[in-house]
Amino acid sequence: MSMPYYVPPEQLMKDRADFARKGIARGRSVIVLGYDKGIAFVAENPSRALHKVSEIYDRIAFAAVGRYNEFESLRVAGIRYADLRGYSYDRADVTARALANSYAQTIGAVFTQEQKPFEIEIVVAEVGASSADDQIFRLTYDGSVADEQGFVAMGGASDQAEERLGGLWHPGMPLGEALRVAVDVLGSAASGPAANGGGAAVAAVGTAGVANGGAPSAGTAVRRDLDASMLEVAVLDRDRPRRTFRRIAGPLLERLLSDADPTTNAPTTDEQHPGHPDLLTGELQPPD
Amino acid sequence: MPGRPSPARRLDDAYLSTGSSSFAEFVGSIRPELLPSGRALPAGASIDAPHGTTIVSLLHESGVIMAGDRRATMGNIIANRDMEKVFLADDYSVVGIAGTAGIAIELVRLYQVELEHYEKIEGAIMSLEGKANRLASMIRGNLGLAMQGLTVVPTYAGFDLESARGRIYSYDVTGGCYVEGGHHSTGSGSLFARGALKKLWRPGLSEQDAVHVAIEALYDAADDDSATGGPDLGRRIWPTVSVVDVEGARFVGDAVLEEHVAQVVAARRDNPGGAR
Repeated sequence: MSMPYYVPPEQLMKDRADFARKGIARGRSVIVLGYDKGIAFVAENPSRALHKVSEIYDRIAFAAVGRYNEFESLRVAGIRYADLRGYSYDRADVTARALANSYAQTIGAVFTQEQKPFEIEIVVAEVGASSADDQIFRLTYDGSVADEQGFVAMGGASDQAEERLGGLWHPGMPLGEALRVAVDVLGSAASGPAANGGGAAVAAVGTAGVANGGAPSAGTAVRRDLDASMLEVAVLDRDRPRRTFRRIAGPLLERLLSDADPTTNAPTTDEQHPGHPDLLTGELQPPD
Repeated sequence: MPGRPSPARRLDDAYLSTGSSSFAEFVGSIRPELLPSGRALPAGASIDAPHGTTIVSLLHESGVIMAGDRRATMGNIIANRDMEKVFLADDYSVVGIAGTAGIAIELVRLYQVELEHYEKIEGAIMSLEGKANRLASMIRGNLGLAMQGLTVVPTYAGFDLESARGRIYSYDVTGGCYVEGGHHSTGSGSLFARGALKKLWRPGLSEQDAVHVAIEALYDAADDDSATGGPDLGRRIWPTVSVVDVEGARFVGDAVLEEHVAQVVAARRDNPGGAR
């Protein structure tokens, strides 16, 4: 009879953490930041169909980096959780804090008990009546939760991105300015290998890369200009009644990102263009 | 208790499984007692519960109107004078209820979450036909209660973004779903409201005229059906009127309704039979 090798729990957890961090560092980043009228979510994501940012409930949204299939199942679980709670109690009883707790328990249990930890990092954000009441919870692969103030950067090279974001962000920015800050940070952060050359870059993330936040070896931090077509942008708009989540795309996003254009905030309606209620494109609307 | 959403617990496997994007199916699998159809009455039991009465809906040039009176009755008692029986189902559709009020309102609440849930999970709006069929299957689920007297018969109306026109769907108690032509009415006063709609409706009515016709049809229903409430001028309670078109679903404001009601009442003062 063969005896199983003894692996000290410290080593086991460290290995799992290293594994999860590598997976996360491979992907493109997501930035969540407060602005004067709500919370904005900016992801580098050229896909129109596979989202990294999603509505959860009236005032709650979700953003994630890492393995799509893993955070997608958590996103669906969050919507189910919120809708069930809202249906059996009241819409006001659905809170980001309770959802973040459930996520933390789930992710933590997977980290310690399952074969493989989740290779993801997620943010659950809830927009409040004023920016002081906004809540941003960041959850990492091991189930730890952090209550963030104002802004978060996740994914490849998130440490540098957060540092840079800390220098540029201040409370009460208009949406246009906040988005430009986020795009600047996303573009100047040393991009993860996936952003440079596709998914076959596992080998490129050595232990050194992980140690400094997943950045590829020094010297590759080339500034990139991200345009509207490479971004997935959404907001939780504080002033909107009931469902506050809106995606921002098309000409509206281009106008918000442009320094020359006077558009600084998302319009409250985009109804000339019927379709999915959560999408603002500004296609038929003159600038405000 | 398995599956109960509690803040400090790991999410049940049912939350994380790749199931359907239907909220009703999810609730049925995890908390079946929350569904209207999740409860059974003892055989042969019957309950006297408030009933909602008349709903009218009609197409107009750019969409569809749905209106309901405000009375709920329990036997010969008026249970409620200002009940809302027309609800916004989502951004492009409305649902009106006739039948046992408690069950109907619960069903509408579930239906609203069902549509929003699908929208969030799929990132797309369900087709109007799909939404009408989802409602049909929910009514079908209520058949057991309906056979014991707790009937719910809604009307569903919405704006079809594919074909850019309004549509009306009616239902029977078994969950049969039927596309209606220009107009439809359900509930105890529907016999009289339908007569009025037949005479007053014509294709291509303007929105204003359609609101007027809806109020007149409800007036006729209230005139001849004791369970349908007429406009209550003393308490200033007007019918609920909703409009759905390319701009979305919304309710007509009280000021506009008051004007229409005043016109209808004034026109009938010297002509109680409503002859034209």
